[in-house]
Formats: sequence, structure tokens, C-alpha cells
Amino acid sequence: MTNMKSLANTVFAGVAALLLLATTPAEAEDVSVKIGNFTFGPQDLKVKSGATVTWTNEDDIPHTVTSTTMAFKSKALDSDDKFSFTFTTPGTYQYFCSLHPHMTGTIVVEAATGSNATPPK
Amino acid sequence: MITHDRDETEGPGGGSGERPSRRKVLECMTWAGTGVLWTVAGGVPKSLGIIDEALAQQSKGFTFLQISDSHIGFDKPANPNAKGTLEEAIGRVKALPEKPAFMVHTGDISHLSKPSEFDDAERIISQARLDVHYVPGEHDLIDDEQGKLYRERYGRGTKGAGWYSFDADGVHFIGLVNVVDLKAGGLGNLGNEQLEWLEDDVKGRASSQPIVVFAHIPLWTVYPDWGWGTQDGARALGYLKRFGSVTVLNGHIHQVMQKVEGNVTFHTARSTAFPQPAPGSAPSPGPMKVADDKLRSMLGIASVTFKQNEQRLAIVDTPLQA
Repeated sequence: MTNMKSLANTVFAGVAALLLLATTPAEAEDVSVKIGNFTFGPQDLKVKSGATVTWTNEDDIPHTVTSTTMAFKSKALDSDDKFSFTFTTPGTYQYFCSLHPHMTGTIVVEAATGSNATPPK
Repeated sequence: MITHDRDETEGPGGGSGERPSRRKVLECMTWAGTGVLWTVAGGVPKSLGIIDEALAQQSKGFTFLQISDSHIGFDKPANPNAKGTLEEAIGRVKALPEKPAFMVHTGDISHLSKPSEFDDAERIISQARLDVHYVPGEHDLIDDEQGKLYRERYGRGTKGAGWYSFDADGVHFIGLVNVVDLKAGGLGNLGNEQLEWLEDDVKGRASSQPIVVFAHIPLWTVYPDWGWGTQDGARALGYLKRFGSVTVLNGHIHQVMQKVEGNVTFHTARSTAFPQPAPGSAPSPGPMKVADDKLRSMLGIASVTFKQNEQRLAIVDTPLQA
């Protein structure tokens, strides 16, 4: 009986740990995208769910960061202005500058519990 | 001063292969002194001379001015004083020997759509004591409510995002907005609603009536890699095909370019704030930094003259300083 109870506890703890991992990534990344020379750099970016991406406009001209599905949209960013967005839902997010639409970029958000997820310590 | 002889087959008008070589035509676009007078007769532009001569010729017609890309609020090294250079441009306008009928402003009045920027622009431009017909640039619609400030100030009597038309001295003027609802990866955009309005607006007009279209982003494809063109510009030009004289005036690219396609003359004006590089000549279309003593030769205004009964048009680009 004791063994059964102990096993149940272990399973419960494991499930709880998994749940914890899925909902609150222990190590949320902070990733930067530079806006310069009318381009987003890097143009294509892969992050884990929960990551916060911060765009900084290093041009002399204002730009925006606008999702093609309106999942996120910055105000016009003047020189050195920043815009941050935290990606909590896995998927592919295409975005562009709504002032200079030839400027485009993609953020691919992977599930934090996927094969690349950090194993529990 | 930059002119570009782009690919002969390029551009929304198309199909003018039988016309005199455009290369030859554009070679005429050399500059001496402060400006060159252009006349267009039967679709073939001809350079008539430098600005003094030009001014003498132009005094016989109906003249209006184009200013563009004031970017009030811009304060970066390319030109830390965009207000000052707009004042200089307006000073030039006031000094013209013949008072023009009015001005058109082809957008980017402000840099960041701030009320103070629009206020400053208004204070300076109004000193010319001329009516001004505006269309917005993308910089004029970046307030939190996406153009509310612009429409409050300049949108009276306009349709949609701010398009309209009017007649002056027998010429039909059409102000278009191609900086709204831009699509990822795309160019300037007029949109279906505006295009339908345009089709209706010119329906029933005599093909002999001269047409002037003005909009911020070039309606023809200047350089798509930098977004310098309008996605559905060809459809707009299609509605104007039957007219004998069509002049398309744009801004946005902060440099003079001209191209002739059949009966259509495309022309872009200088900015009064800062120059931008020739297509592909720099890593990006960002402001071009030039020596202080060169700046004013790359900023300026344009005047356009129609001669009655001749269907001839002359555009004179005048830099702030030779």
C-alpha cells in the first residue's frame, strides 16, 4: 500500500511539474530585433513560447511593427523607440512595417514543452 | 539633381515602344543654373532653357506650385532644421514674379503626425498666402487614431481617407491617397473604393480636358525594392488613358524624377526637408546625409504651368539653392 501511495505521489508530482512547465516557462527568453536600414534584423526569428521580443528602431525614420493578423501592432516608433511583445501561443507570426510595407519579418513561436524544452532540474 | 532613365518597358502605362526613345528624351533633362523648363507637346518633352528663360515663358500660362515632404518635426543630421528649410521654400514662393493660382502639397507635411508639427507647418505654409490642396503622406497618419488629426485639419470636403477632385482654369485636379491600408510586402495602395470613385469622377469628361493627378507615393513603379510605387496604380491610370494630357505629381522619394508614357507625364518633386538616395544607390531609402553647403541644392519646390489651348505643360523644379 505504501508503495502504491508513493507511486501515486510521484506520478502526481510529475504531472504537476509538466503542467508547471507548460504554463510558466522557467526561463522566458528576451530576444531583440533591430530595425535598421529599413529592414528587420534578424528577419526570421525562432523563439520559445513565453519569449518576449523587443524591437528597437535604429533608423532616422519612424517604423511600425504590425502583425499581418493584427495579433500585435506597435505605435509608430521614432528613432530609438522600442516595442515589446510576449509570445505565449505557438505559431508563425508574420509582420511588417505598415508605413514601409516592403519591410517584412517572421517570428516562429515553438511550444516550450516541445522536444527542445529545458528538462527540469 | 537626379534623373533616372529606368527600364523602357517599366511602368503602369506601358506600351509606348513606338514613341521617340525615352533615353533621348531624358537626356534633355540637364540642369543649368537653378532649373530647367519642361514643355510637353504631343507627349514629347522638350527642354526650353534655364530658369530665367523659363520664368519668362511661364508667365503666359496658368501656374500652380507643388511642394512636398516638409517633414516638420524631423531633426536628424541630414537636416536638423526642417522648419527652416520649409521657411526658405515658402520664401521662394513669395518671391515669384507671377503669383501662382494655388499650391498642392503631396504629403508628409509632418514627420510624426504631432499636433505641434501640423501647427508649425500651417504657420509657415500659410505665409505664402495661397490656397493649398493637400494629400497625406504616410507620416501624416501615424497618430494613435490613424489620421484623425490629418482629416480634422485637411480632410474637409474629401472622401474616404481624404481623396477629392476639383477644377481650376479648365484643368481637372485629382488628389489621391495611396498611403492607407498598406499590405505586407506591398507598395502604395489606392484600394477599390477610391478607384471606383476615380472611375466615376472622370466619367463623362471630355478627353481633351487636361488632368492633373497628385498623390504622395509615386503612382508608377520607381523602385519596388524600396516600396517606391503603387500596387494598383495601373488601374488608376487605365481610367485616364483616353485623356490627351495627364500629369501625375508625386512626392515621397525626395528627389526629382520624370518619365513620359504616351500622354502621361510622371513627375516627382523634391522634399523641403531632406534628400533621399537614388534607387539602389544606398543600403536603404533613409535620409541622405550631404555636406551642409550641398543640402539646399537637393531641396526645393516645383511649379507647373499650363498654356491655354495648347495642351502644353511646363514643370520647373527649383532647388532652394543652385
